[in-house]
Formats: sequence, structure tokens, C-alpha cells
Amino acid sequence: MTDDALKFEYDISGENFASAGEATMRIKKELRSLGFSPTLIRRCSVAMYEGEINMVIHANGGVATVLVYPDAIEIILEDHGPGIPDINLAMQEGYSTAPDAIRSFGFGAGMGLPNMKKYTDEMRIESELNKGTTVYMKINAE
Amino acid sequence: MANYNHSVLLDISKCKGCTHCLKRCPTEAIRIRNGHAQINAQSCIDCGECIRLCPYNAKTATCDKLESIMDYRYTIALPPPSLYGQFDHLDDIDYIIQGLYDFGFDEVFEVARAAEIVSGYTRRYLRRPDAVKPAISSACPAVSRLIEQRFPNLIENVIPLLPPVDVAARMAREKALAEHPELKSEDIGVCFISPCPAKVSYLKNEMAKGRSNVDCVVSMADVYFSLVNTMDGAIEPVCSAQTGIIGVSWAASGGEASALFNDRYLAADGIENVIRVLENIDNGSLPELEFIELDACTGGCVGGVLAMENPFIARARLQTVRHYLPVSRNWNVADDMGGETSIPDSLFMREPLQYSPPASLSDNMMEAFRKRARIQRIVERLPALDCGSCGSPTCQAFALDIVNGNATEDECIVKMRDKMQALEEEASHDGP
Repeated sequence: MTDDALKFEYDISGENFASAGEATMRIKKELRSLGFSPTLIRRCSVAMYEGEINMVIHANGGVATVLVYPDAIEIILEDHGPGIPDINLAMQEGYSTAPDAIRSFGFGAGMGLPNMKKYTDEMRIESELNKGTTVYMKINAE
Repeated sequence: MANYNHSVLLDISKCKGCTHCLKRCPTEAIRIRNGHAQINAQSCIDCGECIRLCPYNAKTATCDKLESIMDYRYTIALPPPSLYGQFDHLDDIDYIIQGLYDFGFDEVFEVARAAEIVSGYTRRYLRRPDAVKPAISSACPAVSRLIEQRFPNLIENVIPLLPPVDVAARMAREKALAEHPELKSEDIGVCFISPCPAKVSYLKNEMAKGRSNVDCVVSMADVYFSLVNTMDGAIEPVCSAQTGIIGVSWAASGGEASALFNDRYLAADGIENVIRVLENIDNGSLPELEFIELDACTGGCVGGVLAMENPFIARARLQTVRHYLPVSRNWNVADDMGGETSIPDSLFMREPLQYSPPASLSDNMMEAFRKRARIQRIVERLPALDCGSCGSPTCQAFALDIVNGNATEDECIVKMRDKMQALEEEASHDGP
């Protein structure tokens, strides 16, 4: 299956909050031109967007790698941020550590990780304090 | 949808093959081939950016000639509210309406009247429990086309109501038939004065499907010159305007939204801003909003490429025109039995928008994957300057064109230059 994979890599800048969402926009365009269904594109874009925003808010950016297979999409988000102390707690709806300035933009409602789980078929988080976080997500084509 | 006809046209004799339109087309619908621009009909959304940008006026919008309407026995002009912002020292819409009568129209029906009706029904639509929020306005055809191409998941957010021009055309025709029993429907010619190519294309396509009450679409620029000549103010106009602040305000960005008496709205104008907002809605990253107004042109319809005046000046003039007008002068019919969410069938679009992506790499997904992998390999060899000299808007688009057999890699002039330099160096080493 790996032979068929298309690999897309995006640097997520932690400097420029306004550019958050660019990588999602670009992967959406790729998936459209490959002929994926609107439903799958929607699931991917919501999951990836939430992840992209998380990396910008909490981890000063990182790298998003997207592996596209004909029957599945894998999204790997890697950052070198502060890490997540309690992953179970972070997965709870409404739990948020986003600063007020970020909340005033309408982010930080504590729905990021729960939404990523909701829109994907597989999700796992590996995190080490002061080292960084890696989020793996997989979405199967219907 | 597959065979959407466009009004944006190219005059090959004027086109120099420069890269102005190529680089700025929001849907990458343009390529420069054989020394001149080519527009891909599948991707074009008739936004008119290329007409606006072309330094050689090689791009135009095909409209009907104003004279052609006079063949009808009874003629009706449909002026849009954006027309009201085009004239200097104008404080009363009646002068424009009188100007259109003086030009020879038998009847003038303001599109702004229908806009007030549509506003009323939009307020009702938003109260429906099944309305998908945020509800997106369907008034700008360039935006609707963009959503059909790129945002399949937002199609159900688009309000399924007809744009004001369709509603105005039907109301005007029905009014004429009721007031003049001697007329048959085919005697009546309804003429819309368009501020933009997107509305021209939209109406032409509706006409081709035989379901439009509009018979001819003329350019606002065309009417402007005829009107300034007739509107000399010599005769005091008859008091005939029947629009309020709401109808006039539709001409500029934010006007349609403010007519909803609801603070939870967003209004964006300019095609690039529109795309950004749609991306945000698509990602679910907008605060909770009820209504989204999107205008492809900067400033709203006053910024249409067929309008004469600078959109900001036109907008300022509308503030003068609006002065002393009542809030609205056209109200929804009171006879609705369905209560405060009822909307008559005649107000609804005849068919919903349809997802029509401009062209995937291949109908066969495996083939699409192979092509995409080839594109990636080619892009890695290209200079990433996105200079446009090859005739494609970006290096990535160029790679796509190569894979599709529409270009060859040695058309890249940067690569060509490097090759030349290498040859020169080789020659100097080989020299005596």
C-alpha cells in the first residue's frame, strides 16, 4: 500500500497566527483534484484544521505530513512544543488551556481534540513534556 | 452546469499574452498559449477580475446592445440599485428612473424593490428550523459558482432563494400583463442593466434554459452614457421610485446583511476575501453566525467591473441617495397561511446548486494518483518562482499542464536560461 501513497508535507508556522489554516486549504485542494468525495474531504479538513490550530496556539508550529492512499488518509502532526501533561483530560470536551488572547479570536473552546477524534477513524497522541507532541490520525475512505 | 456559458470574452487581436490576468485569476482558469490568453470554461466563474486587470482592454463581457430591446412592443428596464451610485450630484432616484423613461422604456421596475422582498423572505428563511446555518446569500452568481466548484460541503448552506433580479423580472412582467390586457407575454421585453459579467452569464444561462423572465442584459457602462445625456435635469421627474433604504443598500457590501435586523452576520467582499471566508466556514472555524453575505467584487455590486464609478465613491453617493427614504417600501404579502416562516414557491431557485469540481486529475483514482506523483517529481525540478512566463500561473499548475500533455518542460524559461549558461560554460572550457 505504501507504494501508492502520495506524501504531502507542510511547515506550520508558529509565528503567524493569521496563516493558520493554509495547510488545510492546500490539502483540501489536493484531495479534490484526486477525486475524493466531499464527505471525506470535509472530515479530513476539519480534523487537520483543528490540529493545525492546536500546533499554532500551543506549540509554536510544527510539521504536518499527510499520506494519501486511495482508501485512506493519514495525517501526522508533529511539534516540539510543551507537550500534553494529561492526554485523557485534554481529550475532554470543553477542557482548554488556551490563553485569553486566543479565546478572543473564537478559538480555545476545548473542542479541538474531541473534534479531531470525532472526524477520524483512528487517532492517537504521543506526547512528552517539554519535548513535543505527535498526533496520528487516520480517515478511511467510505 | 456542465455547459455553463460565459460572458467574459477575449479579443485575441488586443491580447499581448502578458501575465496580468494569468496570475490573478482566482480559479486559475487562464493559460497563455500561442501568445494569448485562453480561458478554461469549466473553471471560470465570471468574476471579471481579468477584465478589471487587463492593461490592453483585451477582455470584455458580452452583453446585448441597448438598442436591441426596442424591437419589443413593450419594454421594461430593470435598473439595479448599484446604478444609483454612478451619478454625481444626484439626490433623488427619480432622476434616473425618468432618464430611463426618456430613453424610451415603457416601464421601469427597480430591482431594489425585489431586493426588499427577498430581504423579507430571507428573514423568514432564517427562522426556519431546517435552515442550515450559517446561511450563505445566493445573490452573487460568481460566489455561487465558486461554491459549486470548490465547496461541496457548503452547498446546503446557500439560501435557496432566487436573486432579486429574477424576482424583479417576474414581478415586472406580471405587473405589465395585468395593467395592459392587450399585451401577450412575448410582446414584453425585460431588460436588466448589469453591473458585472457574473450576472450577465447567470441570466444568459437561465434564458437558455427557458426559465428566465429577462429577455436582454445590457452593460451598465452602455446605459450610463445614454443616461447622462438624457438626465440633464431639464424636466422635473415624475415621482416614481418605490424603494427604501434596504433596497438601495443592497448595492454595497453589508447592505443585504444589515437588512436582516440580526447582528449575527458577516459580510465579505472581494473574491480573495470571499474565498478565505468560505474556507473558514468549511473548516468549521467561524464563530456562530446566522448569515453570510459574500460579494465577489470589492465594495459589493457597486464594484462590478461594468460599473463606471469607483466603488467607494459610488458607496458614498448611495448614502446621499438613501437620505430621507423610509426603511423599506416593499413588504411580503400578508396572506401567508404558513405563519412567519412561509415563503411562496415562486421565490425559490428552480434547481439547487450542484457540486461540479473543475476537473479532477482523472476519473480513475489510481491514474489520478500516478499523475499527482508525476506532478510532484516535475515540481521538484522547477524553479518555484511562479513567474508565469511559461503561460501557466504557477510552477505547480505548469507541472499539471505538462502531465496533462498541454505543455512541455522546456517551456520554462528559467530552466532554459540555466541550460544556456551551462552550454556557454562548456563552450568556453572547450575553447582554445
